[in-house]
Amino acid sequence: MAAFTAPKIVSSRSEFEDSFTIERYLATGGYSALKKALGMFPEQVAAEVDAASLLGRGGAGFPAGRKWSMLRKSPLSYLVVNGDESEPATFKDHYLTERDPHQLIEGTIIAAYALQVSQVFIFMRGEFALGLERVQQAVNEAYEHGALGSKIFGSDFSIDIVVHPGAGAYICGEETALLEALEGKRGFPRIKPPFFPAITGLYGEPTVVNNVETMSNLPWIITNGGAAFAALGTGRSTGTRLFALSGRVKNPGVYEVEMVKNTFRDLIFDPQFGGGIIGDKAIKAFIPGGVSAPWFGPDLLDLPLGQDEVAEKGSMLGSGSVIVFDEDSCVVRAAWRITKFFSRESCGQCTPCREGSGWIERAMYRLEHGGGREEDLALVLDLCDNISPGLSWPPQQTTICVLGPSIPSSVVSAIRMFRQEFIDHIEHGGCPHD
Amino acid sequence: MSHFTPDIAKRADDLVLLYPVKRSAMLPMLHLAQEQDGYLSDEGIAEVATRLGLSEADVRGTAAFYEMFHLEPVGKYVVGICTNVACLLAGGEELLEHAEKKLGCAVGRTSPDGLFTLEETECLADCNIAPVVQVNHRFVRTTTPEAFDAMIDEVRAGKRETEIPPHGTLIRVRRSVGLNAPREEVVAQRATALKAREARVAQGQK
Repeated sequence: MAAFTAPKIVSSRSEFEDSFTIERYLATGGYSALKKALGMFPEQVAAEVDAASLLGRGGAGFPAGRKWSMLRKSPLSYLVVNGDESEPATFKDHYLTERDPHQLIEGTIIAAYALQVSQVFIFMRGEFALGLERVQQAVNEAYEHGALGSKIFGSDFSIDIVVHPGAGAYICGEETALLEALEGKRGFPRIKPPFFPAITGLYGEPTVVNNVETMSNLPWIITNGGAAFAALGTGRSTGTRLFALSGRVKNPGVYEVEMVKNTFRDLIFDPQFGGGIIGDKAIKAFIPGGVSAPWFGPDLLDLPLGQDEVAEKGSMLGSGSVIVFDEDSCVVRAAWRITKFFSRESCGQCTPCREGSGWIERAMYRLEHGGGREEDLALVLDLCDNISPGLSWPPQQTTICVLGPSIPSSVVSAIRMFRQEFIDHIEHGGCPHD
Repeated sequence: MSHFTPDIAKRADDLVLLYPVKRSAMLPMLHLAQEQDGYLSDEGIAEVATRLGLSEADVRGTAAFYEMFHLEPVGKYVVGICTNVACLLAGGEELLEHAEKKLGCAVGRTSPDGLFTLEETECLADCNIAPVVQVNHRFVRTTTPEAFDAMIDEVRAGKRETEIPPHGTLIRVRRSVGLNAPREEVVAQRATALKAREARVAQGQK
């Protein structure tokens, strides 16, 4: 069956070289959604987003409309856009900020208007130098165009957006750590409860934190209506979604796909997406939603790209990044490298995560590079169980934030799915692939 | 006497005005200090501390948490090569090993001529062109040893200066305006809007 071609919602300008300029943005309908929104009551705008049942695109998949409705009543509130994309193999927000910054800004203003919030921060990953420049340039242009500033487009609504660079810390993608960083502190996730920044957020005020892709969907939703968005996809997974495809595929890239209508097989093998495995080798396994997600084997290739569909099989769609291993990929090395990442990025507040990640990493290192023992497998699983008791999915948590329970995902998947390869490594005294 | 040059000092002044709480300017101001000196010098940290009304230890302790801030001098060009999972599958470790030879220094060190510092990075979110290489946080998109060598030679010959500014310079586009919606106005606007919304809801319920 041929893959289903989705309407382009957030990547509609991808064919244009100058997609990031205000000229191209205005020539392709830019800022008309904002004008339409300003002609509506704020609650009508929020109702459209609710009707779209837009799930947050950051990784947790929390409905954006519900997040908005939780905003505690307060004289002052903030909107913060999370552009600190750092989940390994996720590169859709990088794409959106570099290629269509005005779309992000228009969506952000629409959200701010619906929430009646006038102070907005776009927190972007520091390593995105070009993206930071493009978004800052677009903000400057939006002020000039009258879309930002005092009484925008002649309405009663005033708004400021400040572009805020991060400085290199994966943990700042966690929304409370991001708020700490925005307050000028170390990016330590905050102790919960309160669970939601909508209750206590930036400077203790109610704050909505939304992902870049979530915001980028809003101009289309306002232009076409929430119902049109909800008509795409199936069930809870509505609209389209950007999937970042990487690893051993012929055409890695960012692809906008209608939710649920296509399967992982379509995404990885269809010529309009991944185009198959490099050298037409066999696929060994894939990660369905970033390195925090448990892995899937080829038996689940026909699973639809939907939030609930993936959750039912014991993993998550997460940040929408799909990583593909071929028959020659060393899964022990991949799992070790992912653990090394978590060990490096653990903020250090909670003992299970700080100590556990390093300990697991060292055991995984010797399994991959030589010196591994068969009892290391039990040791690694026991350490993982200390971080996330039961090693179930969704995971149990012993730490302040979800970085901790993300550590076991890859290690446990690799050991459960490919135990014999670990044994081969131990018997070979190192990696047989070297 | 300010350690900052007049230009950096002006930008630091403007920065503080963008935040309701001064300390929020910490990360962008540390980037400015790093832009001026190429790394976070003791003087740079002291200057940021003074401007934010914090102790130097507080500023240093915060800066040390973040990978992009260098507390020791680095080369004019910081070369970052990713070896995280997507790049691992595309030969990131091999490219990093090659880079050590090309630059004549180990990971974490600076080349003998002082021009390049080599780093092994975590995922840089450009995984479709893997392994990912950044120079001063600009994506140079060289995935083979040959392309990497050619890029380094060009940088060394000064041919990439418009694209890759010296280490520390992050955002070359300046914010063109200050805040347009003062805090008092924002609070008043929000109060009016919320009141109007309540009235509409009450009307609707009748």
